[in-house]
Amino acid sequence: MHSTIERAADPDSANDRPAAAPPPRGQAPFGSASLRVVLIKVIALGILDALVVYAALVLALNDDWLLSIAVIAAAVAVNWVYLRRDALPAKYLIPGTIFLVVFQMYAIVYSGYIAFTNYGDGHIGTKEDAIEVLIDKSLVRVPESPAYAMVVLERAGQLAFLVTGPDGEAAVGSDDRPLEPAPSARFDGGKAVGLEGYATLDFADMIASQELIASMSVPLTADPNDGALRTPDGSQAFVYSATMQYDPETDAFVDVATGTRYVDTGDGAFVAPDGRELMPGWKIDVGFENFARAFTEESIREPLFAVVVWTLVFAGFTVGATFAAGVFLAVVLDDWRLRFRRTFRVLVILPYAFPVFLSAIIWSGMLNPQFGFINQVLLGGAQIPWLTDPVLAKISILTVSLWLGYPYMFLVATGALQSIPSELIEAAKVDGAGPWAIFRRIKLPLLMVSMAPLLIASFAFNFNNFNLIYMLTRGGPQDISTDMNVGATDILITLVYKVAFGETGGRDFGLASAFSIIIFVLVAIISLVSFRQTKALEELN
Amino acid sequence: MRVNRGIATGFVAGGVVLAATLSGCSGGSGDDTSSEPPATLTVWVDANRVEEMEDIAAEFEADKGIEVELVQKEYGDVMREDFIQQVPTGEGPDIMVGGNDWLGQLAQNGVVAPLELGDAAANFPEVAIRAMSYEGVTYGLPVSLENIALVRNTALADSTPATWDELVAKGQAVVASGAAQYPVLIPSDPVDSDPYHLYPLQTSYGAPLFGTNEDGSYNPEDLLIGSEGGNEFAAKLIEWGADGVINTNITGDIARDEFAAGKSPYMLSGPWNLPVFQEAGIDYAIEAIPQAGPEAPTPFVGVQGFFVSAQSKNALAANEFVVNYIGSEDAQLALYEAGGRPPALLSAFEVAAATNPDVSAYGEVGLTGVPMPAIPEMGAVWDNWGSTQSALVNNTAGDPTEAWQAMAARIQAAIDG
Repeated sequence: MHSTIERAADPDSANDRPAAAPPPRGQAPFGSASLRVVLIKVIALGILDALVVYAALVLALNDDWLLSIAVIAAAVAVNWVYLRRDALPAKYLIPGTIFLVVFQMYAIVYSGYIAFTNYGDGHIGTKEDAIEVLIDKSLVRVPESPAYAMVVLERAGQLAFLVTGPDGEAAVGSDDRPLEPAPSARFDGGKAVGLEGYATLDFADMIASQELIASMSVPLTADPNDGALRTPDGSQAFVYSATMQYDPETDAFVDVATGTRYVDTGDGAFVAPDGRELMPGWKIDVGFENFARAFTEESIREPLFAVVVWTLVFAGFTVGATFAAGVFLAVVLDDWRLRFRRTFRVLVILPYAFPVFLSAIIWSGMLNPQFGFINQVLLGGAQIPWLTDPVLAKISILTVSLWLGYPYMFLVATGALQSIPSELIEAAKVDGAGPWAIFRRIKLPLLMVSMAPLLIASFAFNFNNFNLIYMLTRGGPQDISTDMNVGATDILITLVYKVAFGETGGRDFGLASAFSIIIFVLVAIISLVSFRQTKALEELN
Repeated sequence: MRVNRGIATGFVAGGVVLAATLSGCSGGSGDDTSSEPPATLTVWVDANRVEEMEDIAAEFEADKGIEVELVQKEYGDVMREDFIQQVPTGEGPDIMVGGNDWLGQLAQNGVVAPLELGDAAANFPEVAIRAMSYEGVTYGLPVSLENIALVRNTALADSTPATWDELVAKGQAVVASGAAQYPVLIPSDPVDSDPYHLYPLQTSYGAPLFGTNEDGSYNPEDLLIGSEGGNEFAAKLIEWGADGVINTNITGDIARDEFAAGKSPYMLSGPWNLPVFQEAGIDYAIEAIPQAGPEAPTPFVGVQGFFVSAQSKNALAANEFVVNYIGSEDAQLALYEAGGRPPALLSAFEVAAATNPDVSAYGEVGLTGVPMPAIPEMGAVWDNWGSTQSALVNNTAGDPTEAWQAMAARIQAAIDG
């Protein structure tokens, strides 16, 4: 039988492909992964999981169960996301999220925790450590004490000192037995080195029990006020007397000479009735005290308003001026009629290539009133006090900030300009719009769509631009007629640095953390509000 | 097909994980059976000293059988802050090298242990032992001293007069003759001045920062900077600023470069600038700073030394290493040769001074000096001190007595906390 249905000659049948062939390797159609991708995924996940298992084991061995479980949970989540078929957004976002949590969220949460303690100089360790150190410090070598040559003896697990007095007589004693003469000691040269019934420790044995030996205190006589023998290195002993006694029952230190009692008042240190503190203290939780201090601390309350205004001015001007300069240069250098465009572009980007530290220090050298490049060469020997006059210092800061920031805006603006479809510009030209109108109505709004988030980020960054202020003017010329340690160019973060670090007796991390949290809240509010405002720009696109 | 592939991927991934984990675990358990030395001392040193410390450590290991592990860290704030943070956790080093002005903060935080030097203390100059002590307790073993002195360009000035005013007059004569541009170069700073370099002049007027106790340590409650001599000094600062003797625009780098270019007969400088002067071919002489006021000038002396951690589990070994090994003449000479700073041990200093006249000259001036103050409140002190001096030199402070007394009051308030 003949088939009456004939296949028509298909003009496209020149591509004679068999109908059911699998797709060639390397060109994976949507939905099934090629072998190479699977291999990469397996190896990467394998390495990650191996590291996680190792980390979890180490953490568990160190009794850090919380962290161990957290690490395992995170690894399980990562594996689950990457082994699924879909969940594409998660696959892109997970690495960034993990780094965000580890490097940012953890730092913020930890700062928040520190803000509720009094962690700082003098309050670093625990109470037990502080008591130990105070006891150690209070044992003072009696000035007239001669050096007693000594060896350490051991009998039945108990250690004793065998000392040779300055008169050449040997004596033996231990922690609970005062020194008593040991006439039967064996001598080597002028030094007693052994006693019947005891074993003498050599250096290696002493090192094995060095903590015990270092803490031993052999009373000279039955009267504790006569002092005790202690040894710092196992071969010489000196008479020490305690200037302070610790009473564990009342949890207080008593000064032996004056009788003053230093009691634990709950502030993280032992305090005498007249207010003097024994240092070191220890770290305690202080609740909201740091936050209250942040707002009521005298050295910050008075200049606070002026400093906040200057910070807002500095950040705002930097963002505005760098944006204007960057966009202007981007528009000018975008014109195809301009020659040597690439050279200009490279020159414009140069300030961005230097680290801020380097640039700020070099600028402070250039602005030196007498020897700086600006005054000597550019202004022909004028002695303008760029960094020592309050107003001029502010202008210098703003200028250097503009110099440092415009290349970044230029780069972003160049990219954004090139993404504007040229049909829009041509249509506008056909409609008879001049260059300024084109810029104002077409280029600028479309630029803002992509650059608005960057402007907000730049504002947040410059609000806390500690490096520039500190490197250039260290906070600026100080007004010495006031009590405050505030300079004319101090922004909020440098003021916090001065208040928390080094103003009154050391660094106060608790106060600094409280300030950081407050600044974070401030910047977060400003950023959130700004992001809300830029939502309108999304409709443009 | 697709389902199988997914399961296959899962199995292979699981297999890889298992293999890697097992190999990692088996590698880890092998270390436990190796024998450990009885104790290990961990020592933090700076880049200048690490090589010489290796020799000293090797000697100690050979003698005592205790391993010494040297960790190189950047000298300065990094080392100090890390030490303060790490010691309370129990993971810190046993020994650290540091400057004497760190001692207040270290002692305040309870991270250094008192060091018993015994009779060895007599082998060091008194100023070095005082520098390594805080509140009457010795904490460190000194290894080097540094201070400023007067450096004279022998080509421009043939001698150093006995008083400061004569020196300024002589310098100005050289300037008038056209051979130099500045009568004397004193490093300063536009905003913060430089109280460190001006201290010998200030003490010469009888206004030291703190009074001293009987044992020579500073008494932070006895603030002497506001004394009558201080007011005179403040008035003199205005005069010197007007005459061009002190210029706050001349920072440390600029002063060094100008002196190296032969533009001044005199300069107040420490030994750190000498290599630059030698390279520039300047013939220099190092002398004591002439007296400016009624009293003898006492420059600040910075002492570097080794501290023992308060939480060291090897206190005995650490003490032995620091006092008997680093405190020995050979070790002190070796460390001197590495860093160029005059050694603290008197016998080592004599050996060094015999071969290097610069060391001898600086050391002699240093013996007349006082230690840099180490109290924790010094940060606030420097700020107020420097900015007031800067304002006086530039004559923007108004009445000198008022400005100086206001500064003294603010310093007192900062110390009282």
